[in-house]
Amino acid sequence: MSRVAVLKGGRSLERQVSLNSGARVEESLRRLGHEVIEVDVGHDLVDRLSADRPDVAFVVLHGRDGEDGTVQELLEVLDIPYTGSRVSACIRASDKVLAKHAMHDAGIPTPDFFAFSETAFRSLGAAQALPAISSRLRFPIVVKPASQGSALGIKFARAESDVPTALIAAFSYDKKVLLERYVAGRELAVSILEQDGQPRALPIVEAVPEEESFYDFESRYEIGRTRFICPAELDPAVGLQVQNLALDAYRLLGCSVFARVDLMLDTETSEPFVLEVNPIPGLTETSLLPQAADAAGIGFDDLISRIVAAAS
Amino acid sequence: MRDLMALTARDDVISFSGGLPDTSTFPPGFFTELMGRVATGSIAKALQYGPTEGLSDVRDAIALVMEAEGMKVDPDAILTTSGGQQALDLVCKILIDPGDVIVAEAPTYPGAVPTFCSYEADVIQVPMDRDGMQIDKLREELAQLDREGRRPKFIYTIPNFHNPAGVTMALERRRELLQIAGERELLVLEDNPYGLLRYEGEPIPTLYSLDSDFVLYAGTFSKILSPGVRIGWLVAPPPVLRQLALGKGSADLCSSSISQYFIAEYFQAGPWINYVRSLSELYRRRRDVMLDAMAEHFPREATWTHPEGGLFLWATLPDYIDTTDLLARAIEEQVAFVPGRAAFVDGRGGSSMRLNFSGVGEDDIREGIRRLGEVIREQVGLYGTLTGNAHPERRATGLGPADPSPVPTAPAAEAHLDNLRHLTRKRAG
Repeated sequence: MSRVAVLKGGRSLERQVSLNSGARVEESLRRLGHEVIEVDVGHDLVDRLSADRPDVAFVVLHGRDGEDGTVQELLEVLDIPYTGSRVSACIRASDKVLAKHAMHDAGIPTPDFFAFSETAFRSLGAAQALPAISSRLRFPIVVKPASQGSALGIKFARAESDVPTALIAAFSYDKKVLLERYVAGRELAVSILEQDGQPRALPIVEAVPEEESFYDFESRYEIGRTRFICPAELDPAVGLQVQNLALDAYRLLGCSVFARVDLMLDTETSEPFVLEVNPIPGLTETSLLPQAADAAGIGFDDLISRIVAAAS
Repeated sequence: MRDLMALTARDDVISFSGGLPDTSTFPPGFFTELMGRVATGSIAKALQYGPTEGLSDVRDAIALVMEAEGMKVDPDAILTTSGGQQALDLVCKILIDPGDVIVAEAPTYPGAVPTFCSYEADVIQVPMDRDGMQIDKLREELAQLDREGRRPKFIYTIPNFHNPAGVTMALERRRELLQIAGERELLVLEDNPYGLLRYEGEPIPTLYSLDSDFVLYAGTFSKILSPGVRIGWLVAPPPVLRQLALGKGSADLCSSSISQYFIAEYFQAGPWINYVRSLSELYRRRRDVMLDAMAEHFPREATWTHPEGGLFLWATLPDYIDTTDLLARAIEEQVAFVPGRAAFVDGRGGSSMRLNFSGVGEDDIREGIRRLGEVIREQVGLYGTLTGNAHPERRATGLGPADPSPVPTAPAAEAHLDNLRHLTRKRAG
């Protein structure tokens, strides 16, 4: 039995999802016999951790501060073992632009993209390059904030006239945005869990939106709004290719213990593309990592137990 | 949007998003005195179940409140509810089957949207202008429904200081609405939480006072005393009232007895209207501070209403700004509002926002509006940069608006609120 501090909530826009994930993790930890210290991350984080000195910090923060290496850095300084990926992997994975450049350079297929900061538009006349960007990527284009998790701020630009509005929306969430070629196809998620120190891909989950034309932020977390198929019904060879690609992305970014890799499988070419790697995926009732683990015969408590055991 | 709204409750955020009255103004000593009287005089009853329709003393108090707005009502025609929200819920409970039509204003009370949706009503929203619901548009909608062989179960309206639009239905419109209700034998649900909170202009008779035949009237103590007591009411014709009481009995048996005994003591203790007057004075000042701050800090592309009372004003930005996304940016600057989309059932309102001025102190209103103005100006400027149509931005001078001329029409404005855009802006200074 250990004293486990569950770091949840925080100031990120994904606070509510994190609280939901955190509550579920706490229940599980108690069932496993651990002493749980609930920490809604705020200004007093360092004081609380210094006073409580937990054996392990279970990080279930999503988005800013939690998934981008900030909290992990503090835990390193405080010398408190913590779950999941290390600082550098969090930084690489949470910045979609960095991650996509790394994948592109390593030959891991990811949709073509361009990324710009607000300054590029305000001070360098990047707006003049928008027609060229549009013609290179071809419509529709996906416009998204560089570092936001989930689907917050993601817009589709179906024509050139949609681009400025989509950019304004994305810049509401981040100072840097991605313009990415839209891959029409099936939305797949490969969760990865290390076993005996080796990353292994769990069964693939396919997300099928029930109502929305796009797998949006709210439907990701609300029961009934998205149908999940696990294991996804894929040709075995394609499934293996998708899982291997996810493992390549996981290793490339240097993730540890667990993560979730989101991909699109192009309907026309059956070619998979990695969209992003989430170093701290959701652990709510509807989250994909627990579903994938369950399909692999790993119950939620077992999953949490393995994650805690691998904390360092 | 719900997850973003959860962040607006953070302590470090100046939130214009609630519909909160300022309960800090209620004298603690007076509260102690009143509850002391409840304890010594009515402890057993206050801790007990009560009648479903409400305590008779409370229904007498409700009749007094309604009289203050020119309505004569028999206390026996009143059903006490657990807040105004339960009044809406009960009306839906007894009248609405899935697919039934409710006609509401566009925009409508954001808290009514989930209620109507939970009963699977088909909500048709009729545009408003500065004089409230546009009756000609209402006639068009009703004619269209006639052609489809459908008939609304009721028309939902907030005639006074509308939430969220901040406008008040003109007297002539009220008469026309009642005429339509009479001709078609249609029920009108008049929701009047703010009628006594008037800061300027003359009171306009309520629909119920003009003609009670087809009007269901909903009121509440939430804005004139306390939302914490969770006591509202419904007035309805006897057959409807019986159904409502049955629905209430099944929902919660009765509203809080402790709250009702508190209200009964409060009304026996003295002139309750004085507290309403003190709230009105406080909110009037806050409204003026917000209007002045908006005139100073919001860009010229923004427009907003000038409420004569109530708790809210409604601002509309250029249509290239989505206020749900803007909220994420605003929360970064520790200021929040309700995105306009919450007041529609069909995704409209994407460029509008509701701002509450009653629950925030004057200094925080100034600072919150300054921050909000900054993020809006930032997005307006960015849009200009992106489209090559950069407008020279009006800069705040700190001494009031640089250009207090009438508001120009925003580009590509949404038609349903066109007429709200030209309401008088209060000038600073």
